[in-house]
Amino acid sequence: MSKKFIYPLLPVLVATSLALSACGTAETQGTPSSVSQDASASHGASALVVGEPWVKASKDGMTGAFGILSNTTDHDITVVGATSPAAATVELHETVPGSDGTLQMRAKDGGFVIPAKGEFVLEPGASHIMLMGLKSPLAAGDDITFELHTSDGGRLSFTAPAKDFSGANENYEGSHGTDDGHGAMDPSGEASHPASPTQSK
Amino acid sequence: MKGKVVKHDGGGLQRRHLLFGGAAAGLGAVAAVGLQVVNGAEKAAVQPAAQVQHGSGKVPFYGARQAGIGTAPQAHGVFVALDLHPATTRERVRSLLKLLSDDAARLTQGKAALADTEAELAVHPARLTVTFGFGPRLVHIVAPQQAPGWLKPLPDFSIDKLVPEFSGGDLLLQICSDDPVTVAHAQRMLLKDCRSFAAVKWVQSGFRRAHGTEASGTTMRNLFGQVDGTSNAVPGGEPYEKVVWGDGAIPSWTENGTSLVIRRIRMDLDTWDELDRSGREESVGRKLGNGAPLTGVQEHDEPDFKALNPHGFPVIADFSHMRRSRPDDESQRIFRRAYNYDAAPSGGSVSESGLIFASYQADVDKQFVPIQQRLDELDLLNTWTMPIGSAVFAIPPGCQPGGFVGDGLFTGS
Repeated sequence: MSKKFIYPLLPVLVATSLALSACGTAETQGTPSSVSQDASASHGASALVVGEPWVKASKDGMTGAFGILSNTTDHDITVVGATSPAAATVELHETVPGSDGTLQMRAKDGGFVIPAKGEFVLEPGASHIMLMGLKSPLAAGDDITFELHTSDGGRLSFTAPAKDFSGANENYEGSHGTDDGHGAMDPSGEASHPASPTQSK
Repeated sequence: MKGKVVKHDGGGLQRRHLLFGGAAAGLGAVAAVGLQVVNGAEKAAVQPAAQVQHGSGKVPFYGARQAGIGTAPQAHGVFVALDLHPATTRERVRSLLKLLSDDAARLTQGKAALADTEAELAVHPARLTVTFGFGPRLVHIVAPQQAPGWLKPLPDFSIDKLVPEFSGGDLLLQICSDDPVTVAHAQRMLLKDCRSFAAVKWVQSGFRRAHGTEASGTTMRNLFGQVDGTSNAVPGGEPYEKVVWGDGAIPSWTENGTSLVIRRIRMDLDTWDELDRSGREESVGRKLGNGAPLTGVQEHDEPDFKALNPHGFPVIADFSHMRRSRPDDESQRIFRRAYNYDAAPSGGSVSESGLIFASYQADVDKQFVPIQQRLDELDLLNTWTMPIGSAVFAIPPGCQPGGFVGDGLFTGS
């Protein structure tokens, strides 16, 4: 696991991070509302914190979300899924060398395991949260909400700003060509910038 | 050819023999000592203990006022003006300011920005500050009712030869640090986050003495060699507070806000060269050696404008820059935070140099404009200087954690 960039966590992020519910209800699509905060002692009052979150701005298709997942507990936490109102589907991806030597991204079997008292870094070219089927363009500066689901039924909501980013163009495993990578917004010129001001939040 | 090569090789060998033979015979002791000295110097060079490093210096980003104004001027500064894309909405401006404020908050504290692809360049802030200024159009989009009356281009001055490449702009980023790499990285990171919202209109890079070359607080010299800015108010003092942040007589446009005028002043070093030392001193009214007024001894001695020379003329000429820029009206004061520039020459000249004249004051019309009008009418220094760029920005207050620079303009609707 890469631990190249470790930052103090922002208070605002800590504030929006919720203790994982030990008794989370079944997954619900749509707005990731605040989670019931039943930090049951029987499950170790597990707490996951999302730091430095951001999303690559994209006009359509797919994009990635990044950040640092910190486990404040003394037992491992496994993130098994995620949802966001911004995308039809959200998956947990890892990036691995493909048979042709190029990096390929694929769904991470078993989810992301955040070690006890440890961190799990989501970054371009490595593990990330994959948004597929964007419902509308994600313009730079938009705030995107997410909900992470853990193996013990917990939920964690967080908000990440969208940023123009030229990288994070990994290929999808099994696909060919570069068009399957995360859809870039191409911020270099207005002509290729389809986001209208009305899409901002 | 072949024979020649062989001969050369042979010669080389002979020379080598000669050199080493000689050393062995008589110069051995000297050579050995020399070697030790070299090794000692190398050891000293890699010993970091004696080095004072300034890279970790941090200036708080959050606060009632923006940093980079009262902050002791860093060695390097870049001023970047951007024009918002057409049809930019108020909400998009908010998004932009949020992104940029977040970047600045992190970078100034030596942390990488979000999505920073060169995170390693962020670790030495070296007193990095990022100061935001709002041009007329940005304020009109966000809060037209709050736009100060002076937020418009300066009046035309006869001495001006303004070019659009250095004039105007909707959003200003003043990025200053004692380390030029840090400035470059912050500029790159901030501008990457501007791409969806705005286009770069102009960039002006400037410099002062390198950090540590002179004692902090030493008045800067411009590229004419002049001590430049002696009469500047000292941050923290009452005159500074009044000049920059306003008072009852001349209030600022918003509490803890101020204004910034940026004038790019080309300095013609080639014709300046034609002037002898006394002429150079007379043009300003100050001595080149230490910046003292021609009637004084020390830099900060008050000038005596009534003093006459043996011929009955004023010692400090009426047409001198100091006399013309020094107002009788005490309220007409500005706070300078200038940087030198030295660009690539063209057209047969060997220099394209000048001053990025950055002037902070509570009210442009009441403080800056009257001074500039007097200099426009008469100032010997105009012979060698020419304003080629001009821009006016409203400086909003600082922000608190969770907020962003300019957030006060978004309240109430």
